Amino acid sequence: MWAIELPPFVPFFVAAALALVTRGQLRNVIMLAAPVLGGLHLLAVPEGIHLQMSFLDYELTPYRVDKLSLIFGFAFHIAAFIAILYALHIKDTVQQLAGILYAGSALGAVFAGDLLTLFVFWELLALSSVFLIWARRSTRSFFAGIRYLIVQVLSGVVLLVGILFHASETGSLAFAEIGIGSLAGWLILFAFGVKCAFPFLHNWLTDAYPEATPTGTVFLSAFTTKVAVYALARSYPGTELLIYVGAAMACFPIFFAVIENDLRRVLAYSLINQVGFMVVGIGIGTALSINGAVSHAFNDIIFKGLLFMSMGAVLHMTGRINGSDLGGLYKTMPRTTILCIVGAASISAFPLFSGFVSKSMVMSAAIEEGYGWIWLMLLFASAGVFHHAGIKIPYFAFFAHDSGIRVSDPPLNMQLAMFIAAVLCVTIGVNPSILYALLPYDTGYSPYDATHVLAQTQLLFFSALAFVWLNRRGLYPPELRSTNLDVDWVYRRLVPTALQRLFARLNVITELNKTLAAKLSTLSPLVARQFSAEGIFASTHPVGAMVKTVTVLLALYLVLSFV
Amino acid sequence: MLAHLPVLHVIIPMMAAPACLILRRRDLVWFVALAATLMSFAVSIGLLLQVLESGPISYEFGGWEAPWGIEYRIDLLNAPLLLLVSGISAVALFAARKSIEAEIPKDRHALFYIAWLLCMAGLLGILATGDAFNVFVFLEISSLSAYTLIALGKNRKALWASYQYLIAGTIGATFILIGIGLMYMMTGTLNMADLSERLPEVSSSRTVFTAFAFFIVGVCLKLALFPLHVWLPNAYAYAPSVVTAFLAATATKVAVYILIRFKYGIFGFDFAFSSLPLQSIFLTLGLAGIFVASIAAIFQDNLKKLLAYSSVAQIGYLIVGLGLANETGLMATLLHMLNHGLMKGALFLALAAIVYRLGEAKLSEMHGLASRMPWTMAAFLIGGLSLIGVPLTVGFVSKWYLVTAALEHDWWPVAGLILLGSVVSVIYVWKVVEVVYFKAANERTAEVREAPLSILAPTWVLVAANLYFGINTELTVGITRMAAVSIFGGL
Repeated sequence: MWAIELPPFVPFFVAAALALVTRGQLRNVIMLAAPVLGGLHLLAVPEGIHLQMSFLDYELTPYRVDKLSLIFGFAFHIAAFIAILYALHIKDTVQQLAGILYAGSALGAVFAGDLLTLFVFWELLALSSVFLIWARRSTRSFFAGIRYLIVQVLSGVVLLVGILFHASETGSLAFAEIGIGSLAGWLILFAFGVKCAFPFLHNWLTDAYPEATPTGTVFLSAFTTKVAVYALARSYPGTELLIYVGAAMACFPIFFAVIENDLRRVLAYSLINQVGFMVVGIGIGTALSINGAVSHAFNDIIFKGLLFMSMGAVLHMTGRINGSDLGGLYKTMPRTTILCIVGAASISAFPLFSGFVSKSMVMSAAIEEGYGWIWLMLLFASAGVFHHAGIKIPYFAFFAHDSGIRVSDPPLNMQLAMFIAAVLCVTIGVNPSILYALLPYDTGYSPYDATHVLAQTQLLFFSALAFVWLNRRGLYPPELRSTNLDVDWVYRRLVPTALQRLFARLNVITELNKTLAAKLSTLSPLVARQFSAEGIFASTHPVGAMVKTVTVLLALYLVLSFV
Repeated sequence: MLAHLPVLHVIIPMMAAPACLILRRRDLVWFVALAATLMSFAVSIGLLLQVLESGPISYEFGGWEAPWGIEYRIDLLNAPLLLLVSGISAVALFAARKSIEAEIPKDRHALFYIAWLLCMAGLLGILATGDAFNVFVFLEISSLSAYTLIALGKNRKALWASYQYLIAGTIGATFILIGIGLMYMMTGTLNMADLSERLPEVSSSRTVFTAFAFFIVGVCLKLALFPLHVWLPNAYAYAPSVVTAFLAATATKVAVYILIRFKYGIFGFDFAFSSLPLQSIFLTLGLAGIFVASIAAIFQDNLKKLLAYSSVAQIGYLIVGLGLANETGLMATLLHMLNHGLMKGALFLALAAIVYRLGEAKLSEMHGLASRMPWTMAAFLIGGLSLIGVPLTVGFVSKWYLVTAALEHDWWPVAGLILLGSVVSVIYVWKVVEVVYFKAANERTAEVREAPLSILAPTWVLVAANLYFGINTELTVGITRMAAVSIFGGL
């Protein structure tokens, strides 16, 4: 194999540079070639450290390959290929470059062997992805992008501070297990948590992803959170706190997702919910649960991508994405409908679809380790996923009441991308050993035993029954044009309003000053003049003032030396 | 020839200056000045290699032995700075030819280059000499020529700024002279090495304390430590653009060098830090300078002034490094002297390119300039990132060591404040980025073209240096570490 020391992000960055100077078909070929060639190259790369250099006083390892990074590497190559194919019809240089750089940065982060390299790609992820949001070129997306960028860069700064502390405590920059035993550990966990959309830190995701372009969201859904999941799996496996955080992540978005009208925002909430399963898996920390978390990340990249692609196709063809505006599209978009249902079945973990073979691993691990309550919460979350992502998405977009919109299936490249993703979902679901071979641990786990299949089918069946019953009785939350309050209300409404009030108060003080000044000038014009612009207190004599400062400082030094 | 290397880099520009006065022809003078600078640069490289190979070099003027005659001494502390000064001067001179066309009347061009050569000779002399009085002499040479250079600025305010600098600089130099005089009075010697041996014997006397106080305040004025920085923003803002690039990258660094040399080399660490509460003074003033100046920078519309205030803030970082009073802190200061020279050189040269095309440095006139001058603004952006301290640029390397030094003391608040200072610098860099990249071009900027190659090329040389030394830190970190170790080891 040639050029083993070539890190996987290089082909992507090179392709981005080439894409900048090419146009049309040639550019398309170059962009598609990057993930294909990079992926094939990765297949032949053996495990180990392939690149090392010294920087400051540390040994940096920008390219380290082991089982954990490999599986994410493969997933990212597949996701990049699908997303690039899906976006092939776009003639927007900014978007195309941002997408490919973003994918490259994610690969750089996953194969980083030291924290400093991780930090660099961490920030590159933020900087490249924000253009996918801004590329929609609307005021809304611009401000959503700014908010997104602030949060992401902040996460990077916290990460850097954590790394600094970590380096000065341990003298090592290795990107390995860190744990929460020190302040550095907490800081780094916080930084990872922001990117991973922990509860209360998650708003950047639901805020920004639905504002991105139809193709941009497909990129976004694949990389940022999964890099964070990888980082957690690398540095915090078996941290019990993560179990509870993950369980909360799996449950709370369900309520928001059920009442949300913007279908891409529904998917953004369900993205957090799926990441919750992975975080629980990492928190449990056994071989089985880590395997579950990692394989679920792999599958989620594909089926969540598929769902975002189908909704992107709807948005692209109709220009609308609110559930209340859509419906009845199955008549003219049959292929998109079917592909969307495959994605929905996968995310709901139907047997024979990919979600089933990975999600059950996390749940089994929870039971094995005696986390009964957590298991119940995950069960509830599974039922919820089926509700909002498995039924709601296809139902309101393609069926429900007929909106009268008649559009055809999307361009061929979009269909092809969705088709590839759907094939992968089914293939992995039917033959999970392909995926299991890539996993970091060998557990000999088999998802297709009677209990699992039966329990899951029952769950799905009753969940579907509940949906039908609620819908029949008119109890199901209707699709309304509304704004749902989430935690971001605190920093987008509460704090600004409070500050405004505060400044209004300050204004009162200014007013008071003005009246005082007026009083003063009527009392004694002479004194008042000294405070005005020409008065002795306010005028500037830079040279004279400087000399005075020098004298004062010298006197200070002298006094200090003799005391 | 090789034996005389330690003086050649000072002698060459000093002799070239009167030669230029005779030549008078614009282009010829430029060529001679550039040739002299490049020769100085080559000599500096030779000296650095020699120092790295065989340790400090001592050169005796006219064959007179050290305590009696004047000694030049090149060691690890000043050799890299010689390289910085002559290198930046060479790069800036490349750009000067085009840049001053728009800013200085043609009949004064020859004078401009002469003053430039003298200024550089003065700065190099300060660095090279091992004689305390010689420092003062060269300080005056460089300062007087710097006043001239600043006064050549197009705006009439340049005269006033130069005058202001003249007053401040003269007070500073006088204080330094008083300090040196008092030391001479107590020890009877002016040679630095000799001084450092004799001063401890009399270190308890009040005269030495007074000498130290005068000296420190004088140098702090020259290096524009907050709150003695008032002269700097105007001087930088109204001087011709390339002059600002040259002075901002070198002059204050040389003043910091004087401080380090006297503090560690002559007075000695114990005296400097135990007899005076210098540590807390430096830390307080340095940190205050970082914030006051950075916040002041946010409110500037004149981009030159913005960068000038940021220079004051960066000097704050240098002084904080000294205030930390440990090996890593000193090393961070030395590193940041070199790195800040590189980043400010790049930024001010990019600004010179903007001024050449736009005629002024007002931010409010630069809407959408990035679409017209992509290369210039890209250089500015990278310089700005370096200023913030983004990884892969030199700014990151020195900030890293500065924070590490603070953490070695377990002074978390100091480390936190240093990082917070970086955040403030994000604001003023972003302010520029927002205007030039995200605003639509107005009528004025719409007709601007990319800067000429003769300014762009030198700018990008410095930008490349910013990136190269940000990634390959072996050379800079290695040399400054050795210098710091040798200074602390010699205590």
